[in-house]
Amino acid sequence: MTETREVVRIEGVHKYFGDQHVLRGIDMTIGQGEVSVVIGPSGSGKSTLLRCVNMLETATAGRIYVDGELMGYVEKHGRLHHLPVREIARQRRNIGMVFQRFNLFGHKTAMENVMEAPIQVKGQPRAVARARALELLDRVGLSERANHYPAQLSGGQQQRVAIARALAMDPELMLFDEPTSALDPELVGDVLNVMKDLARDGMTMMVVTHEIGFAREVGDTLTFMDGGVVVESGPPREVIANPQQERTRAFLGKVL
Amino acid sequence: MRSSTLPARGQGAPEPIDAVPVRHPGRWAGAAVILLFLGLFIQSLATNPNFRWDVVWLYLRDARVIEGVGWTLLLTALSMVLAITLAILLAFMRQSDNPIFRWSSWTWVWFFRGTPVYTQLVFWGLLAVLYPKISLGVPFGPELFAFNTQDVVNAFWAAVLGLGLNESAYLAEIFRAGLKSVDKGQIEAAEALGMRSRKIMWRIVLPQAMRVIVPPTGNETIGMLKTTSLVLAVPFTLDLTFQTNALANRTYLPIPLLIVAAIWYLVITSILMVGQHYIEKHYGRGVDNVSGARGPVINPAAAKAAAGGHSPPELPGGATAVEGEYLEESGR
Repeated sequence: MTETREVVRIEGVHKYFGDQHVLRGIDMTIGQGEVSVVIGPSGSGKSTLLRCVNMLETATAGRIYVDGELMGYVEKHGRLHHLPVREIARQRRNIGMVFQRFNLFGHKTAMENVMEAPIQVKGQPRAVARARALELLDRVGLSERANHYPAQLSGGQQQRVAIARALAMDPELMLFDEPTSALDPELVGDVLNVMKDLARDGMTMMVVTHEIGFAREVGDTLTFMDGGVVVESGPPREVIANPQQERTRAFLGKVL
Repeated sequence: MRSSTLPARGQGAPEPIDAVPVRHPGRWAGAAVILLFLGLFIQSLATNPNFRWDVVWLYLRDARVIEGVGWTLLLTALSMVLAITLAILLAFMRQSDNPIFRWSSWTWVWFFRGTPVYTQLVFWGLLAVLYPKISLGVPFGPELFAFNTQDVVNAFWAAVLGLGLNESAYLAEIFRAGLKSVDKGQIEAAEALGMRSRKIMWRIVLPQAMRVIVPPTGNETIGMLKTTSLVLAVPFTLDLTFQTNALANRTYLPIPLLIVAAIWYLVITSILMVGQHYIEKHYGRGVDNVSGARGPVINPAAAKAAAGGHSPPELPGGATAVEGEYLEESGR
C-alpha cells in the first residue's frame, strides 16, 4: 500500500454504556483501498468501535471522520452541533455495513433487498436498480437465487446477499461486523471469498472478525483490541508471527 | 460422503415396518357422545314448532333486515377505518423520541380502554347537549369557523366516533406489539443504508409487523361487527340488531327474529374470515410461504451446489437434504 488518502480517521474515541467504559481512547486511521482487520476477545469493544463509525452507536468522546467529514456533528462558531437525523442518513450512504446476523429484509426477495436502497434512498429508476442488483448478485454468485426470500437461503447465501445489498449504494467504505461468526463452518469460505474479491478490487474495508487466516491473507493492517484499548497494531503477518505484547500473544495462542 | 450402511436407492427396497397400531377406544366413545347430542339437537331444530322456520325464512329476506345489514356493515367499516388510522398514529407516537407524543398516546389508550364502550356511545350521542356549537379559533381570540354540533355529529356519526375511538385504543396496543416484534437488526440495516426513519417505518418495519398485527385485527373487526349492536345507546336505530328487535316486538316472535340476526352476523363473519385469510397470506410473504423453518435454513446440498456455480433442483425444506445428495449423485 502506497501512502494514500485517509478514508477513516478515529481520534480519541471513548464509549460508555451506562457505567461501563467499553472504549477507552481509540485512535486509528484507514487509508483508501486499505483492509483494516480488528480482532480481539468478545467484550473488547471492537464491534462497538465499528458501529461508532457509521453512527449506529454514538461515541461519548472523541471524533470520527469518514472521507474528511466529521460524523454526526457540524462545527459552527467553535461549537459542535448535532446533525439532524436526515443529515446522518446522508452520511451513512457512503458507508456499507454487513452484520453478523445478516439482517436481510425478511419480507423482500434477495433482488428486492439489493434494490431497496438505490430506489428509496438514491431515487434510481427501477430498471436501473434491477440491472445493477442482478449484476451484484452475480458478482457474489447468487444471480440464480434472486427471487428467493432470505428464509429460503442458507446463512452463507444470506450474508452474500447482504454484501451485495451494501455494495448497491456504491460505498466508499465497507464495515464488516463479524460477518462469518453466525455461519456453519462449511459456509464461511464462500463469504470470505467474496470479501477477498472486494479487497482485491480496491475497496476500503474495516473488518471485525475472528478469522485470523483472512487477516493474514487479505489484511493490510491488523489491530488487536482488548478491554477497550488498542493493544497492538501492525502488518498482519508481523503481528501474528511476532506479537510484541503479552496479551496479544495469549489471545493468538488461543485462536490459532 | 454417505456412510456405507445406508442402502442406496433402487437396489433392494427396504422392508417397511409392519406393526399393530395403538387402539384409541376413548376417541370412539367421545365421538359417539358428540354425534348423539348433535343428532338430538338437529332433531329438535326440525321438529320444535317454536322455532318458526317459516318466519325466519320470511324475515331473512325482509327489506328492513337487509337495510339493517347494510347499516351494520357501514358502521363496522367506517369505525374500523377510523380506529386503524388512529391506532397507527398512536403506535408511532408511543415509539417516538418526543415525550409529549409518548405521554399523549399513553393517556389516550388509558382513557378509551378504561371506560365502557356503552358509556362512550351515550356520551357521543349527548355531545350536542354538552357543546351545542363547535368552533375553532385562537383561544380568547378570533373564531376561524363554527358549526352547530347537531348538524354534523348526527346519530350515525356519533356511533362511528364512539365505536372508532374506543376501538383505536385496543388496536393501538396491537399495533405497538406488532412494531416491537420486528427485530432491531432490520432497523439498523435500513439505517446503515442511509434510509430515513419514516421510510424505515413504512417500508421495512410496518410490512413485517403486519404479520403479527393482522390476525388480532381481524379478531377485533369481527368483534366490532357485533359491538355495533350497542349503537342504540346513541341512539342509532337502523342497525341489524335494532331492526330485528323492532320486528320481533311488533310480531311477538322474538326467537325467529333472533335467529335471523344470528344468521346474518354469521354470514358476514364468514366473509370477513375469508378476507382475513388473504390479507394474512399477503403479509406472510417471506416467512409463511417459505418451506422450512424461520431463520437461516441450512441446506447443505443446495449450498454446495450454489458454491459450485450450478443451480440445484428446487428442494422443499431442509429435510430433503439427503435426497438432494441422491439427486446430485444421479446427475453425475
